[in-house]
Amino acid sequence: MKKNKTARGYFLNTAVIVLLFTAFQILTAAKGSQGAFKLVLVPSIWQCCYLMVLAASLNLVLGFMGQLSLGHCGFMAIGAYTAALLSLACERAEWFDGKNDPRFLAVLIISVLAAGLLAALFSLLVGIPALRLKGDYLAIITLGFGMIIINIINNLPFCGQDGLALGSAGASLYKNGLGFGSKAKVQFLWFALAVTILSLTLLFMFVRSKYGRAIKAIRDDEIAASASGINTSKYKVLTFAYSAFFAGIAGALYACTNATLSTSSFAFTNGGILNSTFVVVMVVLGGMGSLTGSAVAAVIMFLVNYEIKNGQWVSLLPASLSGIFEYPMLVYALVLIIVILFRPKGIFGTYEFSLQNLIPDIRNAIKRHRAAKAEKEEAKANA
Amino acid sequence: MPEQKMPVLETRKLGISFGGLKAVSDFNIKIFPGELVGLIGPNGAGKTSVFNLLTGVYPPTEGTVILDGKPLNGKKTYQFVEAGVARTFQNIRLFKQMSVIENVKAACTKDIEYGLFAATFRTPKFWKAEKAVTEKAMRLLEICGLADVSELPAASLPYGRQRKLEIARALATDMKILLLDEPAAGMNPTETAELLACIQTIREQFGIAILLIEHDMSLVMNICERIQVIDYGQTIASGTPSEIAANKRVIAAYLGE
Amino acid sequence: MNTFFQTLIVGLRLGSIYALVALGYTMVYGIIRLINFAHGDFIMVGGYTMIFVIPVVLRLGLPAWAAVLAAIVVCALVGMGTELVAYRPVRKKGTNMTALITAIAMSLFLENLAQAIPAIGPNPKVASQIFKAGGIHIGTVTMEYTTIITLVISAVVMIVLFTFTQKTRLGRAMRCVSEDKAAATLMGINVNSTILLTFGIGSGLAAVAALMYMAQYPKVYTTMGALLGLKAFVSAVLGGIGIIPGAVLGGIVIGLVESFTTAYISSSMADTFVFLILIIVLILKPAGIMGKNIGEKV
Repeated sequence: MKKNKTARGYFLNTAVIVLLFTAFQILTAAKGSQGAFKLVLVPSIWQCCYLMVLAASLNLVLGFMGQLSLGHCGFMAIGAYTAALLSLACERAEWFDGKNDPRFLAVLIISVLAAGLLAALFSLLVGIPALRLKGDYLAIITLGFGMIIINIINNLPFCGQDGLALGSAGASLYKNGLGFGSKAKVQFLWFALAVTILSLTLLFMFVRSKYGRAIKAIRDDEIAASASGINTSKYKVLTFAYSAFFAGIAGALYACTNATLSTSSFAFTNGGILNSTFVVVMVVLGGMGSLTGSAVAAVIMFLVNYEIKNGQWVSLLPASLSGIFEYPMLVYALVLIIVILFRPKGIFGTYEFSLQNLIPDIRNAIKRHRAAKAEKEEAKANA
Repeated sequence: MPEQKMPVLETRKLGISFGGLKAVSDFNIKIFPGELVGLIGPNGAGKTSVFNLLTGVYPPTEGTVILDGKPLNGKKTYQFVEAGVARTFQNIRLFKQMSVIENVKAACTKDIEYGLFAATFRTPKFWKAEKAVTEKAMRLLEICGLADVSELPAASLPYGRQRKLEIARALATDMKILLLDEPAAGMNPTETAELLACIQTIREQFGIAILLIEHDMSLVMNICERIQVIDYGQTIASGTPSEIAANKRVIAAYLGE
Repeated sequence: MNTFFQTLIVGLRLGSIYALVALGYTMVYGIIRLINFAHGDFIMVGGYTMIFVIPVVLRLGLPAWAAVLAAIVVCALVGMGTELVAYRPVRKKGTNMTALITAIAMSLFLENLAQAIPAIGPNPKVASQIFKAGGIHIGTVTMEYTTIITLVISAVVMIVLFTFTQKTRLGRAMRCVSEDKAAATLMGINVNSTILLTFGIGSGLAAVAALMYMAQYPKVYTTMGALLGLKAFVSAVLGGIGIIPGAVLGGIVIGLVESFTTAYISSSMADTFVFLILIIVLILKPAGIMGKNIGEKV
């Protein structure tokens, strides 16, 4: 009976995803050329896509394994540069001709995979020494790694500070390499969505397997985990690499949405949206230990960021208040402190959304809420 | 004593010092298959340190732990478990945020054979292994009387049941010898009786050896076949419960004379 | 040879600044096992305080460095405020992880709050000359006065701090709390106020470090503490976190590594080498150069 239920769940989820996906394709085909859709909505979806993958992949390390990694954007940077350089090399070798060439799709897929693999490879270099140490050191080493990787990229002659940002290389990335213009973004929107759905699914599968159980055990009690026969170092390093793989993929998607790449956008102290702390904010807000939470929080934080930058209401505020919004990181830092102080579980805690359990879940939540209320009233009556 | 058989667990001149302090020295014990041996001693005598040495939590500064004839020098804790030693902890160490059944399943990790590919793409191998592990976990929970709470978070269980869950988790590693560190500590008489019954069932069903640290003297005298007593890290006596009860050095150590 | 000695001097000076900051990290870590990421930003707070106070001090006819007294007070207050508002509530109910995240959030908060304050703003501010210009010449090697003063003050501060923790009642209380909070409470030590005091002293040291830093690089900006703080933390870990002489040793090592890499390899690779050294040391000796390996009690 249980197996039937699982099978039904898989069928239901697949069906709904296919349905939504098709509906989205039809919508894209119908509205693809219209202004607001093309210039605002589609780029926003692209951004949400890589933010979701980024947050969910960090959650694996932070929420499920309980290790603080502050260099997640370093892996993203590796992914972004790998994908951009690889596609650029293919373009220069004239392996494909423009974005309508079917061979371009193959290059695109290979670039995304290579981005993930290289990021995972580098994560092994950091993870093998760092994960042998206890908690806090990982934070500092990954933070240092994030800076080293940017240092190294800057010093590489073929992709340094100027390599992809300026001059002919930058221009060609935009026209023929991965850098998608607004038209190409509409054309390849399905690709971004497919990669995101696939990434989230694979992360979910990882968590719901022996790997997920092992790393949750490590999070809850490392000594007891090893006394239960879990090779803690192995699972930690493996999970770190698995997480970095998807950070690399997020980086590849990022490279697609941007005309130029510059290492400063991945730096830890960068005031923009793409620093490792921002990713931590998303994970904590959504709930450490809930992939659903990460995905939702990524969208929320994207909207917050979008509103702060573009919202009409910001300019209507008095000068003293709108001044704050010139420094979005100030807002994010506040969000982070408030969430940690008043709702450390985040929005979702460890809850995972499931179509099949949605109705029973809601029913249980209402029941719990009523019970809590009744208890409170009873306590009041007794007092 | 079945001397002709090979001991499942044996230590030779096992010892550890922290700084200059010798917490355990020259510790020798032989435990044979199916035996229930008690390890007792006053507070701070080094009992838990012995457990930590027997499970590789602390690397010994001298001596050897031998399991089934194979020395385990330089091995890590998880390798001790793979070789067949499992334990519980004095101050319960459960995976608190995980459900009861997940606690047990987590301890099966080493025996689950599927790899990363099978797990992420849900191959038939994955389903088969997961089904087997769920059945095994449920069976162990039933033995320990926890089947009815399998989906609850481990931290929500009452104290006595948390102790039992720790035993169930240890059993899931398919060990040859089980080390129980004060399993009855803080339990009321009913809970202790239940625990005793549980230990008996385990012995009958699995035929494993058990080494037990306990303060509750009546419990130790009742169920252990042999007892070893340590004080200040040194073995001061070993023998049957009646021999130990009459031993002058043991009485002296406990009464502080 | 000339370059070598000049580099050595630069390294020692840099190292003693790192050491001062590292002391703050190490004290706080020693007592509550928390990497206080905001500690680097206390340097920034000290820097700006001095920027605003130096003109006042000069008008009163006092030397510029006297402004450090005001900076020490402000930094100590900010440090204690951070502990009271953010760290203490989280420590009460959260895990290590949430405390660490709070520390990062506080760091970001301070940096960006400073930018949002109109009198500070995002652009760097230039400080006036703090110590007398010039120096002593020994052969072809120059020892600037700033360097000499930096070295002397750092050494004095470290000795005073070490004596304080070893010999005074409050210092002993601090060491008790760092060993075992519950036992310290039973011995009649007020744990919370001891922690608060530690934050006060550690943050005050950041102000002294800010003075040294400004004497050498007369520029103050909101993110000045981020990298400086990070390297100081690396120093603390390198020497063995929680150990006062360790922080000093680590600071000097990191300072030397940085100055020699800059002089002989490449200035842009200096940070990379700093972290490489950290990783290597941690692999070989996880508790740091002077640290003792203590396993978790089971």
